[in-house]
Amino acid sequence: MKRTVPLVITFVVGWVLIFSVFFPYTESLGEDFSVFFDIIASIAFILGGGSLIKMFGAKVIKRQPGWGYALVAIVGFVGTLVVGLLKTGNPEGITGNVLAEGSAIMAVYDYMFKPCGATMFALLAFYVASAAYRAFRAKNTEAVILLVTAFIILFGRTFLGTLATIWLPEQLDFLKIPNIASWIMIVLNQAGNRAIMIGISLGIISTSLKVILGIERSYLGSE
Amino acid sequence: MRIYEKIRDIDRRLIFLLIALAVSLPIIFQISFPEITTPMVKKVFDQIDSMPAGSKVLLAFDYDPASEPELQPMANSLLRHLALRRCKLYFITLWPVGQNMIEDTIKNVLLPEFGEYTYGVDYVNLGFKSGNEGVIKVVQTNLRKLYTTDGRGTAIDKIQMLKDVKSLASMALIVNVSAGYPGLKEWIQYGSDPVGLAIVGGCTAVQAPLLYPYYPNQLIGFMGGIKGAAEYDEILRKNYGDQISQRYKNGLQSWLSTEVGKLRASYTGEQLQQRIAEAQEKYKQKLDSEKKELYLGLFRMGPQAIAHLVIMLLIVTGNVTFFIDRRRRKKKTVSSPPAFLRKQEAGPSE
Repeated sequence: MKRTVPLVITFVVGWVLIFSVFFPYTESLGEDFSVFFDIIASIAFILGGGSLIKMFGAKVIKRQPGWGYALVAIVGFVGTLVVGLLKTGNPEGITGNVLAEGSAIMAVYDYMFKPCGATMFALLAFYVASAAYRAFRAKNTEAVILLVTAFIILFGRTFLGTLATIWLPEQLDFLKIPNIASWIMIVLNQAGNRAIMIGISLGIISTSLKVILGIERSYLGSE
Repeated sequence: MRIYEKIRDIDRRLIFLLIALAVSLPIIFQISFPEITTPMVKKVFDQIDSMPAGSKVLLAFDYDPASEPELQPMANSLLRHLALRRCKLYFITLWPVGQNMIEDTIKNVLLPEFGEYTYGVDYVNLGFKSGNEGVIKVVQTNLRKLYTTDGRGTAIDKIQMLKDVKSLASMALIVNVSAGYPGLKEWIQYGSDPVGLAIVGGCTAVQAPLLYPYYPNQLIGFMGGIKGAAEYDEILRKNYGDQISQRYKNGLQSWLSTEVGKLRASYTGEQLQQRIAEAQEKYKQKLDSEKKELYLGLFRMGPQAIAHLVIMLLIVTGNVTFFIDRRRRKKKTVSSPPAFLRKQEAGPSE
């Protein structure tokens, strides 16, 4: 029963969604199933929250290494959830817009979430530079090709890249660094990416069919 | 220790310092460089510029504060351009905090510069719905099946500009600003392509290579990272610079009048004069930084360009030390005697 019901659901939903694309009569059924998916996705938020509390809660209770961070995560999660759900400090009241100015949730967003998010992303610049210095070496032919390509792309995206070849006559326009960078992206990168995408798509089709037909069952977990 | 060895084993904190300087100095001195708009970005501009007044445009903001520094400039410019074309704007997001990004953009660009735009008549924020591409699949055929209220909690039937909107097919254009999944790729695959709707947008520089396969047939044009935003700013400034500047000044003037009115209602005497002087100072500062406020992309491209040059310099230096090292190692191997001879030279072991 534990395995048969999910297999039947997958089989029915899978075929209905395929048919809804080709047969107009089943289109509304396809819409309904897509809405069911969105509802399930919303419930996944609750599941995720519960899982977070369970995992980090256990870490705090058992005083496992790094339990302090887990405590911060729990306090942050519960605090944000409470001020968001109760609309604490919201000038428009409990029925007002959750994003109304002056509310506690907006203070959390403006003064904690936003700067922390931007800081984490900005740190990348430092690590990219350090990694580029230590790892980007012309050790073999493949590395040389990668290095030269990256160099042209990087150079082509700066003002110096434009200035370096601005003196070239119009007939040699294709030799200008930004144009070479653009050519690499539009021709070489596009061709490679398309090939990868077609390969992935074929893989997705075959895997989906295996899942719908019940051949592939690893998503159900172990017996 | 030789100089090249010192450079080879450079402390990584020094690299961090170099990057910090490369980013912070252009910000402090407000350095920006001229940009030439590439065809891909120009196509985005041309598409929006060809929209007749009153066209319905779906604006999907699928990003969060982490990528805000890279994507906000293009979001601002796209919104400015669409509002200048007098398009009807339908904001939507597939990212939980995307709703904040929408509200911030409305607050900072639309409300001060385009005072004639009225909520529910000229623009609406549909807000966030979970389900990623599942949401796109539903709105592709029936918007009302998923959206019963807008992002602010107002029933959809009470919103004037949503009365004749049934699905994505009711739109004239999709404009997406995306930082990853779900984003521009999903809007093409599940939204624009099945309906045959035009789509343009912008994304982070990291995401850009993955979107080239859709250009130019399924994706009319797009902007990659700050560079794309800077190019868009340049073309927007050339074509609408005066109008944008005038609207910015009018918006500031109106802000100052409102602020002074509020202060007069709350303060009196010397305190009132002091507060008014503070507001006027703020007004002056904003007026002085007009170009920076209006063309964020151009100004944020400055630090990025310098940082790129520093990274290139680091790569070159790293490779020079690598080759010197390799040559020395080779020389050492050639000049030193074979291992069996070295053993004999060292004499018998104890």
